[in-house]
Amino acid sequence: MAISKSQTASAKPTTSRPMLSWKRREQRVAWAFVAPALLLLLIFLIAPFGLAFYLSLTDQRLVPNPNLPTRFVGLKHYLAMWQDATFVRALLNNFLFVAVVVPVQTSFALFLAVLVNQKIKAINVFRTIYFIPVVTIMAIVAVVWTFLYNPDQGIINKFIQTISFGQLGPYRWLEDPKLAFPAIMLMSIWQGVGFQMVIYLAGLQEIPGELYEAAQLDGASAWQQFRFVTLPQLRNTSIFVVISTTIMAFKLFDQVEIMTKGGPNDATVTAMLHIVNSGFRTQKVGYASALSVVFFVIVLLISLGQRIFTRSER
Amino acid sequence: MQRPAIEPTKRWQQSSRRFGIYLLMTGIALFTLFPILFMLVTAIKADESQILREMSTFAAFLPTGELSLQNFRDVFERVPFAQYLINSVIIALSIVICGLFVNSLIAYALARMQFRGQKLLLAIVVALIIIPFQAVAVPLLLIVNQLPWFDGRMTWLDSYHVQIIPFIADAFSIFLFYQFFLNIPKDIEEAALVDGASRFRMYSQIIVPLSRPVFATVAILQFLTHWGDFLWPLMVVRDPAVRPLTVGMQAFFGQMPRQWGDIMAFATMVTLPVLIIFLLFQKWFVQSVASSGVKG
Repeated sequence: MAISKSQTASAKPTTSRPMLSWKRREQRVAWAFVAPALLLLLIFLIAPFGLAFYLSLTDQRLVPNPNLPTRFVGLKHYLAMWQDATFVRALLNNFLFVAVVVPVQTSFALFLAVLVNQKIKAINVFRTIYFIPVVTIMAIVAVVWTFLYNPDQGIINKFIQTISFGQLGPYRWLEDPKLAFPAIMLMSIWQGVGFQMVIYLAGLQEIPGELYEAAQLDGASAWQQFRFVTLPQLRNTSIFVVISTTIMAFKLFDQVEIMTKGGPNDATVTAMLHIVNSGFRTQKVGYASALSVVFFVIVLLISLGQRIFTRSER
Repeated sequence: MQRPAIEPTKRWQQSSRRFGIYLLMTGIALFTLFPILFMLVTAIKADESQILREMSTFAAFLPTGELSLQNFRDVFERVPFAQYLINSVIIALSIVICGLFVNSLIAYALARMQFRGQKLLLAIVVALIIIPFQAVAVPLLLIVNQLPWFDGRMTWLDSYHVQIIPFIADAFSIFLFYQFFLNIPKDIEEAALVDGASRFRMYSQIIVPLSRPVFATVAILQFLTHWGDFLWPLMVVRDPAVRPLTVGMQAFFGQMPRQWGDIMAFATMVTLPVLIIFLLFQKWFVQSVASSGVKG
């Protein structure tokens, strides 16, 4: 930089000068390319993220009250949240969602992917059908399923009654604290499984065919081929699917907000729902920010887990 | 290759196995489709009491009784549905189009140009992928509530731009573009460099035309995400004039007494356009999902 400055004064052109000015121009052009995205990320992602840490240490409210200036409260919110029964319940629900939905949805997705990976007629029709719920919006799906779960006349109750010859049901799906969360889980699996099926399908098609030929020569049965060729080859895909489902489980909000609003008796409350309720409906932004920070740390730990797990394999 | 003749019993086994597979696949397909079929069929049943009577029977899936588009007309009479639809289209398309430009531009600089701070910037972008939007929603609400806008207002609440601008730059989209650009051979650009082409020309006339697949992938992923956005508009929008379909649906659903025919007509009108687009471009859709899973 210093050299080019001193050279601008001298009238004598040098061979290195066009090169240097080109480099300087390249720098400027590069930053012009970077600037719009970087500016947007700074204002709408990095700044609020930093703000979340700061606000979590204050008693900031959504609408500032001139008589009650915002005060610094230190770690008060972080200590208080573990006494907050709704938050503890919300976290437990998120983990319960992970514990049930991740294994069920992942194995079902893998099963579907293997099923639609066969070279038989009309297989594309089935692939398309299984993917359809993914392109329907969760806000819509939640409303439709509320009707299906209707306690008295809903088709799901009727179906269960019919196949159990009237022994089971009717259930009050979304009003029974024991059933509301499982009902939301079932619907979430229905909506999300197609997404993961496609990811598994992509993974299946990457597996070299020679591996199966070799296994067949060794006399491996179909199950053995699946167990010793397919599963190990899909290891990284599985990690991705499991981790992304886990992270999605922590973001759970739309369907709960529409179907139960966290009820009955906090049976379906989730971390995100509690954050929105605290920050938005009861206006305690400071407390909501502390919850957001904890929420982020959980998601971060899961993502880091993914990194470490995938790296060790490669 | 000569195939060995299959014995009759084996052939019978094979065809019965195939029949079993189709049976299984059809069963799962019915499970997948039944809520959607239910929604479509209920939407065209005019008589609300018939809907309630049939909701627990097989007839719920059959277009029986008095069929009409009355429910759809009701929706338009009860809520500004067309306005919601226009809002959703404007918001989702603006995010997609601006996002394609802004994110590919920074990705091009990161993948192809040399500048100070490049490595640091790349590391920051990758790190930002982990921050979930939900973790910043509440402080972001505080920020947009205080931001000035060109018309002199001192808040961004209740506007289109509050639903668009925060989502244009997206770390994951930048990362997808970056990875794709890295794999484009460099010599094409070097030839352009000798010809004295500017960087923007190289980007717009060489890189962009060569990168259609990744542009389609990012466009579809962003569209799917933001067409369904619910949490953020719920927080920042009160005015029906700028309300998207998702929040419109929730508000409509909350109105008592519930008219299920109308609700299903509303749901149908939200779902059907995307469903048709999906059926037309399903290869792209499926590829975009698959490629989002390849990041590992």
